Order: sequence, then structure tokens, then C-alpha cells
Amino acid sequence: MQTEENWDLIIRPKNKWYQLDLSAIWRYRDLLLLLVRRDFVSVYKQTILGPLWLFIQPVLTSLTFTIIFGRIAKISTDGTPPILFYMAGITLWSYFADCLNKTSNTFIANAGVFGKVYFPRLIIPLSVLISNLIKLGIQFLIFIIVWLFYLKGSCDIQPHWGLMWLLPGLIFVMAGLGFGFGIIISSLTTKYRDLTFLVGFGVQLLMYASSVVLPLSAMPDNIKRIVSFNPMVSIIETFKYIFLGNGYMHFGDLIYSFGFMVVLVMLAVIIFNKVEKSFMDTV
Amino acid sequence: MSDVVIKVENVSKQYRLGSVGTGTISHDLNRWWAKVRGKEDPFLKIGEANDRTKRAASDLVWALKDINFEVKQGEVLGIIGRNGAGKSTLLKILSRVTAPTLGNIKAKGRIASLLEVGTGFHPELTGRENIFLNGAILGMSKQEIKSKFDEIVSFSGVERYIDTPVKRYSSGMYVRLAFAVAAHLEPEILIVDEVLAVGDAEFQKKCLGKMKDVSGQGRTVLFVSHNMAAVKSLCTQGIILRNGILDFSGDAENACSNYLGKSMQEAEVHLMDRMDRVGNGNLVIEDVYFQNLAGENINSLISGEYVKIVFKYKKNITKSIHPLFIGVTIKNDSEITQTVIATDELGINLTCDKSNGVIEVIISQLLLRGGNYSLTYMVSEKKSVVASHDILDKIDNAVFFEVEKGDFWKTGNINRPSSSGFLQNSSILIK
Repeated sequence: MQTEENWDLIIRPKNKWYQLDLSAIWRYRDLLLLLVRRDFVSVYKQTILGPLWLFIQPVLTSLTFTIIFGRIAKISTDGTPPILFYMAGITLWSYFADCLNKTSNTFIANAGVFGKVYFPRLIIPLSVLISNLIKLGIQFLIFIIVWLFYLKGSCDIQPHWGLMWLLPGLIFVMAGLGFGFGIIISSLTTKYRDLTFLVGFGVQLLMYASSVVLPLSAMPDNIKRIVSFNPMVSIIETFKYIFLGNGYMHFGDLIYSFGFMVVLVMLAVIIFNKVEKSFMDTV
Repeated sequence: MSDVVIKVENVSKQYRLGSVGTGTISHDLNRWWAKVRGKEDPFLKIGEANDRTKRAASDLVWALKDINFEVKQGEVLGIIGRNGAGKSTLLKILSRVTAPTLGNIKAKGRIASLLEVGTGFHPELTGRENIFLNGAILGMSKQEIKSKFDEIVSFSGVERYIDTPVKRYSSGMYVRLAFAVAAHLEPEILIVDEVLAVGDAEFQKKCLGKMKDVSGQGRTVLFVSHNMAAVKSLCTQGIILRNGILDFSGDAENACSNYLGKSMQEAEVHLMDRMDRVGNGNLVIEDVYFQNLAGENINSLISGEYVKIVFKYKKNITKSIHPLFIGVTIKNDSEITQTVIATDELGINLTCDKSNGVIEVIISQLLLRGGNYSLTYMVSEKKSVVASHDILDKIDNAVFFEVEKGDFWKTGNINRPSSSGFLQNSSILIK
């Protein structure tokens, strides 16, 4: 007599909406690390400078911003050296933007692999978060070098050393935001592609509303109120407050950003679960 | 006692025909609204059997409908069916690429399939890096791959190139490496899709060899194939899918004969009543029959003798069809192609002017041994060997026929049955 048996695997039409199989992701952790490695290694194959490009990108962008916004448009940088100001914003922003952009085409870009073999789909966006984290680490190093240079040279930078411990938290919240937005977009675009047209453009636009270029203090009050709904604002402002000593920092806003991130990620997981099982039929 | 390792219960899969567009959103809203009211999904009630030769009345089809079967530990299950019968959909559901619309599948142990050879290979990475990446995608841990690494490399035979990016590999090397990784998986349940296993004969042989190894170790194998001989020799159990419905389930031997029997029954239907015709119908073959040297109709052919295959055609357009291509494929009773005879290869140019007539394929010496065969034909407009076909009419297994053993070599000795052969000194003309 066979009683109720222990099945290792039950394939059902739908996932439970809250189901997040962390143990499966843990079982595939080697894949996660190999994907991170692949992302990192494959991009700089057949280049002479290799990962040095990671240094060059933020430096060149900061220079461009310094010339256009600082010299020509003469936008305030709260009294800090413009190059340092822009570099701080760009370093952080590009992590968020890269996470969002890359995860937002998880399903479409990986349809070939997803269509042939099963592994926890969340591995792919997670690998994006981690490989971008390495990139952020390298770019952050450049920022630190430039920052130290100015710190020794001039005296108008007063970092808030006591708040340095907040940094990992800031990065964590950014990762969550990029992941959340990216996953939601990627889930919504499996069937209807309309959103894909908005992503690149939307992220660009959002940058200007995230105090990367324009500090919050230079904005008129009514706009400031609208902009502060953007959860990225408090992250970037806090970062500048910690390292450059100006800008603006408010724990309430940070908690708002954190809460926003938590809700967003939960929502993303729910939507992802709904789509994951049968997106291959519509992608 | 043998344990059930896979249990498929009432599995159905519905697909939408046509492309995703604005019409789809109204369906989605409709579905959502039904769900909100707690009603059943209105689109699950409609939909029809997946017979791709008929124009559909609704744009929803059931690629699989109410499939139930069980596989026991150590069994080798052959899944047989025509193209489009739902075999690949079933495999996709089993390998969790897509979910069933209804029903569920229970399984014990890791399922891996040999259909995903080379998935996730990154062209920029070296062979070594890709072995690790691909292995991990297929579900192996880094430790597992490391311990098998040397074995994989020597199995693939690409040692010299192992630190070269795979984009520099020849396609053969690429497939070998990819297969080597897949072959070193050790799943409890292995899925092999012969139809998708692209590659040369050697590679396919390797696939089958691997399958034998796996089943020899008491693990379970699901094998999808067109090749009845392979199913008979490798499988213990067999199921037949027909238009998404489970048609037969039993031991492999019976499944094969049942499948071939059904195909033969279809052929007993008069050619004009066949529903599985493909093509634009500008020219239709109304009948196919055989004649001997004296011009008499014959039912069974004799090995080594003259035979004329006559295709009675009807042209439904007024303009003449110029490079008229006709190809005849003869398969044996294991559905293995024995020979192909085609106008383009023979350098024959046919023109069809008349609205009615016959195409005669003349074989002066039939090089088929005794046995049962089937004939598949295709008529098309085709400019050259490399040009694509504009199919006018095509029927798979249009007629079945028997070849009697004969004195092929004129030595007074009758040949042995069932083997392959060539059709020598053949010509084709149109009247």
C-alpha cells in the first residue's frame, strides 16, 4: 500500500503568490557566483584597458558635468568642488541605474536560456546586483582617491565621520530599489512590451530629479516637495552629507526610502512569481 | 517493488494562436474580471484539439489535454507522436520551462534533460569557463564540476582549445564540449529529445549511448523520438501522443505497433479524403499507384524488378507551373528513410501545363529488400536545389506498400527481407 508519498518536486500551474524559494536559490549559489564572474569577465574581453574602463567612465562623466553644469550653466554645488560633487552623485546613481536597466530585461534577454532549462529565475537579477556591486566598489575607490586629494588640499570639506556606518545601508536600499523597479518592469514587459520604451528614457529623466546634478538646496520649495517623493533623493543627499559635509540629511526621509524599498521588493516578488511560471509562452 | 518516480495528473496546456497584440489585453481583462467575481476562467472552456492541418475556429488550442501517466523507477519511457502532437510541450512542462495550464506533475529526484545542450554558453568565455558556467546552469555545484572537469575535457576531445574563447570553436567542437558537460550530469530522471538533438550521426549515437548508460544504472529515462527502431530497442514503456491527447500507453513494443498501425489506417482512407495534407493546393495529387513493366496496376512490388509510381494530379490554376519539383521518400516500418528520389537531384526539369495528368516516377530496378514500406511525397515549385520550397501538396505516409523478396542479383537466390537500398537508373517524366 502506498500512502501519501514524499515528492521532491510538484509542478503546478501556478506559484503561490508569496512563495519565495530561498533554499533553491541557496542551492544554486555557485551559479550565482559564476554568472557574476561571467558578467565581469566577458565585458572587458578583447579590450586593452580592461577594467580600467570602470575608472574612466565616472571620471569623464564628472568632467563633462563639471564643464556643462558647473562652468557653463553655473549650477550651485553647495560650495563643494564641482568635480567631487558630481562624482559623488554619479557613482551612486550609476549603481542604481545599472541595476534597474539590467534587471528590467531579465526575462526578454534570457529567454533563450530560460526556454531550455530550469533554475531559480531570480538568480539572474541577483547576479546583476552583485556584479554591479563590484563595479560600484571600484568606482567608489576612485571617488575616495579624488576625495582624499581634496580633503588634504583644501579645507572646505567637512565630512561627518560619525555617520560613515550608514553607507552599507544606503547601498542596500539602492540595490533593493533598482532590483524592485527592474523586476517589476521586466515582469510587466513579458507580454506587453510597451514599458521597455520608457525605461532608458525614464531612468535618464529620473537622474535629474534625484539631486545628482541639482542639489536639493538649489530647488524651489514646491519642486523640492515633489522631488522628495523620489526615494533616491535622500540616499544621494545623505551620501553627500556624509562625505562632503553639505547637502541634507534627515532620518525620516531615510526611513521613507527604506520603507519604499521594502514594499517595492515585496511587490516585485509577488509579480515575479505570477509571471515566472509561464512567461515563456508569451515572451 | 518499483516506485513511481513521475506521476502526471490531468495535465493540460493551452496555447494562444496568433501574435500578442491589442486583442490580447481584452482577453486578459475578461479573465481577470471572471477571477474577481470568483468564476471559472472563461477561456478554459473553449479551445480545440491541436490538429494543425485544419483551420481553427477559435484561436485557443490545447497542445496537451488531460494527460495522465506514471513512470516507475528505472523505466525507459518512449514518447512517440507526430510533429506537433505535443511531445515537446510535455517535455517543456516536465523540465519546468513552462507551467501546465491545468493539472500537476509530481516527481522524485532531479530532472535533467539532454535537450539543452550548450545552453548558456557565452561566446566570449573560454572552454574552461563555459564548462563551469554551463554545468552550474544545468544544476551542478562547483565542486561537482571540478571533480569531473578532467573527464569532461577528455570526453569532449577539445583539450587543446580549452583556454580559447568558444566563439573561435568550430561548430562541431562547440557541440562536443556542450554535450560533454550535459553527459556528466547525474540526474535521477533524464529527458532525451532525439528530435531536438541536433548534430551529426556520431553525436546522436553518443546521446543514445549515454541514455543506455543511465538506464543501466537503474535511473529513469524519458525518450522522445520518431524513430521506432530506437524506441523498440531502448525503451521498456511507450506512450503515444496524438493531437495533444494520450492515445496509447503500454509497453514499448505495443506502442510502436499501435503507432504504425494507426498510420496505416490513415493511409487506407482514400488520398482525396486525407486531412493531413500540406500545401497551397494549386496542384493536388489525387491518387498514387504502382505499375509494372506491362503497365498493369500492382499492389505489391518485387525487389529488383521494374516499377512505375504513378501520381495522378489535378492542377487548380490556369497558369503553368514551371520548375515543378517532386520528391518521393520511402521509409521502412520503423519510420527510417530508406531512399529519396527527387527531380532536382536528378537534374530533371518538369513543366506542368495540363490541368489533369500523371507524373510517373520510373524505377528500373527496385533496390529495396522485402518488407513493409511507406511513401511520402511532396510536390512544390522549386527553382534549384538550394532554393526553398513553395509547397503545392505534401502528404506524409501517403501510401503503404509491401515489397516482396525477389531475385535482385539475377543469381537465382532470393534476397533477405528488410534492409535499405538505392534506387538505381531511375528517371522521371511527366505526361
